[in-house]
Amino acid sequence: MVNFTPISAAIGGGLIGLSAVLLMLLTGRIAGISGILGGLLDFRSEDKDWRIAFIAGLIVAPLIAGWMGYGMPPPELPASWTVIIAAGLLVGFGTRLGGGCTSGHGICGVARLSVRSIAATVVFMLAAIVTVAVTRHVFGG
Amino acid sequence: MLMIASLLSGLVFGAGLLISGMVMPTKVLAFLDIFGAWDPSLAVVMISALAVSAPGFMLASGRSRPLLAAQSVWPAKNQIDRPLIVGAVLFGVGWGLVGLCPGPALENLATLSPGVIAFVAAMAVGMILQNIWQRPRAITSREKALAIGADG
Repeated sequence: MVNFTPISAAIGGGLIGLSAVLLMLLTGRIAGISGILGGLLDFRSEDKDWRIAFIAGLIVAPLIAGWMGYGMPPPELPASWTVIIAAGLLVGFGTRLGGGCTSGHGICGVARLSVRSIAATVVFMLAAIVTVAVTRHVFGG
Repeated sequence: MLMIASLLSGLVFGAGLLISGMVMPTKVLAFLDIFGAWDPSLAVVMISALAVSAPGFMLASGRSRPLLAAQSVWPAKNQIDRPLIVGAVLFGVGWGLVGLCPGPALENLATLSPGVIAFVAAMAVGMILQNIWQRPRAITSREKALAIGADG
């Protein structure tokens, strides 16, 4: 557990929770990122403005942090483009089919004690843990 | 005002992902890798977020309407069904392959990393494909009403 960072994790987590509460109290919406993006990509939806504003905030946040001297390095991703594309497709399709992701189910839904969200969170966590175990410890080095 | 509130919420969310380190796929994968050098930070992020969102949502659900909109859009479904479980499995596999879920993926667009751009483009295609695939199934007005109150 050499990389365990409990203090920054607690502060950051608190801010994520605060964001979800702000969005609900002010606009009446659930801060589920896959739901916000999915609604933006659905041509039938008529409420795109607030979705664009939220996503803009999400992308601008690290730029502001960068100006303040806390730049965000590009993330380390797998070398294989096939893996990146396949994972993106699975995350997009899966989150919309399951009605949410780490934020919508994991934070907003679990906070409401939604049985659906608790079930979804347990399932996607287990699926991800198994995937990492298989890719790193069965096939990986 | 609605737009400013949404922008502000997005900024706070982005700051939370950044400070907690959850924008980094390596940090997320280190949590998911329970058989490796396990890093429990993501669990602390979840617990801390829930400690704020649970009482906050309780407060919000007691109010008749949000401050800046006509009504709150609370999720309407409460049954565990097959799409929920199958969707969660597919999402979990994709998340475990790269370490990016939708929030950190979008936030990482700020780095202009080609890999992130490809991931987000594929994620958007996946969302659109799911939308097209489910359309014939959701033509009744009742299901449309349910779709409005989707989980998140």
